[in-house]
Amino acid sequence: MGAGHAHMLYREASSPVHRLPPEVKIAAMVVFTVAVVATPRAAYWAFGGYALLVVAVAALARVGPRWLLGRALIELPFVLFAFALPFFGTGERVDVAGLSLSVDGLHGAWNILAKGTLGVLASLLLAATTTTRDLIVGLDRLRCPQILTQIATFMLRYLDVLVGEARRMRVARMSRGDDPRFLWQLRGFAAGVGALFLRAFERGERVYLAMVSRGYTGRMPAVWQGAGAATAGQWAAAATVPAIAATIAAVALVLT
Amino acid sequence: MIGYVQQPPSLDVRGVRYAYPDGHVALHGVDLTVPRGERVALLGPNGAGKTTLVLHLNGILTPTGGTVSVGGLTVSRDRDTLAEIRRRVGIVFQDPDDQLFLPTVAEDVAFGPANLGLRGAELTARVDEALAAVGMAEHRDRAPHHLSFGQRRRVAVATVLAMRPEILVLDEPSSNLDPAARRELAEILRGLPVTLLMVTHDLPYAAELCDRSVILDAGRVVADAPTLELLSDERLLAEHRLELPYGFVPRPS
Repeated sequence: MGAGHAHMLYREASSPVHRLPPEVKIAAMVVFTVAVVATPRAAYWAFGGYALLVVAVAALARVGPRWLLGRALIELPFVLFAFALPFFGTGERVDVAGLSLSVDGLHGAWNILAKGTLGVLASLLLAATTTTRDLIVGLDRLRCPQILTQIATFMLRYLDVLVGEARRMRVARMSRGDDPRFLWQLRGFAAGVGALFLRAFERGERVYLAMVSRGYTGRMPAVWQGAGAATAGQWAAAATVPAIAATIAAVALVLT
Repeated sequence: MIGYVQQPPSLDVRGVRYAYPDGHVALHGVDLTVPRGERVALLGPNGAGKTTLVLHLNGILTPTGGTVSVGGLTVSRDRDTLAEIRRRVGIVFQDPDDQLFLPTVAEDVAFGPANLGLRGAELTARVDEALAAVGMAEHRDRAPHHLSFGQRRRVAVATVLAMRPEILVLDEPSSNLDPAARRELAEILRGLPVTLLMVTHDLPYAAELCDRSVILDAGRVVADAPTLELLSDERLLAEHRLELPYGFVPRPS
């Protein structure tokens, strides 16, 4: 029950990218994204270079284009605004296929779309090659504040429990004839959300009691954190991608 | 006898009284002694104060009167004492989802001993030992929510076994288990070389595992005798809202 769908984004495989420790992948992804964002929008060739880097990493990680692009659709609601820019932008205008578009707006749309897509693809590659658990371990090793990694750990553990609880409550509601179709029929659902919140709250108390009973004093003990931390060689290997990206960004900045 | 040194009992509860902050008195002077190595069932209806008593055993609640000692060490508010008490008393809570809060089984079992300061190979050995004791060694790297309920309860037992407790306290260990999981857990518990206090209203389970039983009702110990003797006393059971399942006749196995 509630098992098996925790890995929406993770793609089980054994590739050089999968084997890299999580912290170097996170660092590489962040540096890569910063480089992409810092690139002037008119340096079209630079974005081609970034795209090539993404393709190379994807190939190395054995992640197919269909898998990657399908999940990249998640950015659509966020870039929808970009499609409106060419129509509503001001200044000089050009005619494309009978439509009068703003040049400035076209540049703006390209800027959002290209940078957004590259960022999403980089994040997807990270998620595809790193389990959620490893992501948290990686953040921890990168000295992310423990409070944040702890919250993420709890979320990872209890999300399925909560979803299971919500599902059982929904089934029980439906079994008693609740069948909301309109907004004003959502009373049962709303009460369910409230009950779920209370249950989660009470569970939080019980979990804390059980933790205190095993000697918890407010700090998570470091368990096996040192094991498997990245070596200098792994850092160097993973640094190639962000290094190339940073070089492209620097050249693009100088040239434009 | 010359040269005979008496070991302190694993658990010694003396005159423990407790009132909740709202004034409701949950425990009216409870006395309970569990010698080392014994298995005792703590029986009582819902609301008798069983869970309240359990939370006193490792100092989560502080009695308004009376004392609790574990293996000769008296529970107090002192930090070091509390840490040692929580090592000695291993509480297995009723819902394993409350107890298992980390993403993998091994990490969760390591949580307790790591709080005791164990690290590295020693910690790994402790985890493997505890998981082996409950027959879950091959599941060490799995996520708790991918295990069956019975497996999760066994892992919950392992999480406190890993702290090498003086006494294992189980809150309703048989609840929500199917008959096979129930039997497996009983076999595991019987094989553990620790003192056991089992809080339950599952009377057959108490009869199966514990020679001695204590009945707690309305915050008082109302009976303390061999389990079979208690379970044969229909009037006593009825007085305290305890009932044997239909068709169950207690008899020595």
